[in-house]
Amino acid sequence: MTTMVTAAQAPETDEAPTRRGKNPRTKKSIVLTLLTGIVLIYSLLPLVWLLINSTKTQDGLFTSFGLWFDDGPFAFFSNIADTLTYNDGIFLRWLGNTLLYVVIGAGGATFLAVLAGYGLAKFDFVGKKAVFAIVIGAVAVPGTALAVPTFLMFAKLGLTNTPWAVIIPSLITPFGLYLMWTFAAEAVPTEILEAARVDGSGEFRTFFRIVLPLLAPGIVTVLLFSMVATWNNYFLPLIMLRDPDWYPLTLGLNAWNAQAATAGGEAIFNLVITGSLLTIIPLLAAFLLLQRYWQSGLAAGSVKE
Amino acid sequence: MSALTRRRLLGAALASAVTIGLAACGSDDDSSTGGGTAAAQSVSDADVEAALQAGGNLTVWAWEPTLTKVVAEFQKKYPKVKVNLANVGTSADQYTALQNAFQAGSGIPDVAQIEYYALPQFALQKNLKDLNAFGAASLKDQYNTGPWNSVNSGGGIYGLPMDSGPMALFYNKEVFDKYKVEVPKTWTEFLEAARTIHKADPKVYIANDTGDAGFVTSMIWQAGGKPYTVDGENVGINFADAGTQEFVKVWQTLISEKLLAPITSWSDQWFQGLANGSIASLATGAWMPANFVTSAASGSGKWRAAELPQYTAGGTASAENGGSSLAITEKAAASTLAYGFLKYANQGDGVKIRVDNGAFPATSATLNDPNWLNTEFDYFGGQKANEVFAKSAQGVVSGWTYLPVQVYSNSVFNDTVGKAYVSNTTLTDGLKAWQDQTLNYAKDQGFTVK
Repeated sequence: MTTMVTAAQAPETDEAPTRRGKNPRTKKSIVLTLLTGIVLIYSLLPLVWLLINSTKTQDGLFTSFGLWFDDGPFAFFSNIADTLTYNDGIFLRWLGNTLLYVVIGAGGATFLAVLAGYGLAKFDFVGKKAVFAIVIGAVAVPGTALAVPTFLMFAKLGLTNTPWAVIIPSLITPFGLYLMWTFAAEAVPTEILEAARVDGSGEFRTFFRIVLPLLAPGIVTVLLFSMVATWNNYFLPLIMLRDPDWYPLTLGLNAWNAQAATAGGEAIFNLVITGSLLTIIPLLAAFLLLQRYWQSGLAAGSVKE
Repeated sequence: MSALTRRRLLGAALASAVTIGLAACGSDDDSSTGGGTAAAQSVSDADVEAALQAGGNLTVWAWEPTLTKVVAEFQKKYPKVKVNLANVGTSADQYTALQNAFQAGSGIPDVAQIEYYALPQFALQKNLKDLNAFGAASLKDQYNTGPWNSVNSGGGIYGLPMDSGPMALFYNKEVFDKYKVEVPKTWTEFLEAARTIHKADPKVYIANDTGDAGFVTSMIWQAGGKPYTVDGENVGINFADAGTQEFVKVWQTLISEKLLAPITSWSDQWFQGLANGSIASLATGAWMPANFVTSAASGSGKWRAAELPQYTAGGTASAENGGSSLAITEKAAASTLAYGFLKYANQGDGVKIRVDNGAFPATSATLNDPNWLNTEFDYFGGQKANEVFAKSAQGVVSGWTYLPVQVYSNSVFNDTVGKAYVSNTTLTDGLKAWQDQTLNYAKDQGFTVK
């Protein structure tokens, strides 16, 4: 009896671990699929709406159902042309401004975050704990809360209404710094650094030749985050900039949207919608192209090996 | 949704900026604001002309679309002047920007577009030049009484009127004809018309309203109400006055019987409603036609303009709704040049350029110009609508004044009176809450509240 029971039980216990290992990948959960489906629709619906409505004229927007095409003229290409040429092509100027703010602001922010994160992760110095506390504290303060004090400070410096007023605050990303810090601590083995030093490599050479390639996934993640933040930045430029020639796309589109709501103002909602579509395309492209990197960057540090 | 949060955010930022601005003002000599004595002219017309010829740079903050053409012509006439025209935001957005600049003490424009309702606030904070110094008092007869009174505050002249908004009733004739409704001559008839139209087709409303501070104050203005009293730093509000009660009686009935479309003005649905006939009428300022043409193009030919319905049958009372001025900031680097621009844009050649491009004038010469009066509007089926508007401009009830904290006050309108449009709160209770909240704020700002 005893042997039989053991014998009968044995295969079961044998099988259990393998089944548990396989299940998450093979078994389909209807509830999960449904939930993911809902989330997918929820995230895609605004995009679909944007695409559909960018094919309508100003008049068509108000006389047709929002989530389907109208019977009127297919105005997609004329909308794009009008968006790019309206008001002497100010849209292109705004696009250029946004690119400027992203390249210098987000690029600079990433560069600084990488330098500082690496330094904090791999070097010991007096006051490191204090820096840690400040960075963690800074992550918790929303940029919006700092916008008005920053404006007053910049006004004293005479920097408001210049591109610097948008670029300089964008250079600071406590979150990016923290991310680079934890990433560098995991991704760069101290042994490699020691080996490089023993072989006579200087600190800068070590950083650029050995550390940077190791940090690549982390850098892309921080770059994407700061790019999105700068590209979508609205409140800071709203407070800092007065001259429409320096507006980023976010402010420019808002100005177009607001111009209908004033005496004698021309409603150009079709251009606002088409402009919004054009505005998100570069971001979408960046995400799709760099997806590979930033997924691995996000996951890094989450598992202790 | 996001627009709403942004508005609130800006409102909060503005409110805090105003607090600091006025606190500084309180320490100044109190008697100067309430004195009522006009400052003597110190800059002559010849000085202004000389400044225009000598040239220089001018920064102008304005959102009025027709100013672009005015600036172009102005620079043609005075080639040495370079005008930097910046649209820093519409209405409240621009006031936030202005308030921030005044507070920071830098980046202040020379000239700013300021609506009549906001002018007393900036004037009392001593952020604007009193144009008596340029002899602006002599221009009094050039302007219609309504807008001229609006730029006067405590004896000072703080801007030159740019446009005005004598109110009219715009109505969709097609809808009115379809339901055989006469154009209402009184607000009582308006109420009857509202019932008839909505009963005939529950999807159609006579008007939309979800609470609009500018509209409510204009309606009280027309009813002869004078809820706001301002005397220097003494401020009072009394929404229990007879005029306000007249308005409340009509509008409360419209709200209670759900005869107003729950659509916010200037929203997408609003433009849609104006275009497709589900909003059958609109009582607003005479600047509206230009917006009709560009924003509700498919309503063309269906709409007409009529005189504003009256509280008393046979009356001709009207009020201003909207309208704005150009003002010179106290710290303007080139104030004499700025005054030259103001005169060009709002009294000289600029007026015609703006009127030709659809703006509604504030100058009496234009309002009496037969050519202008005879203009036929295609949108209104060839109607000579300017005749209606000019008549309304003559009927504007005198003696109205806005509060020196009106920008803040209007920003909390939806939190107080707005409740009456969406819940069981009555208009009377909402107005009381609005009154209390505004007076508390005024008290905090250092005003003496009666």
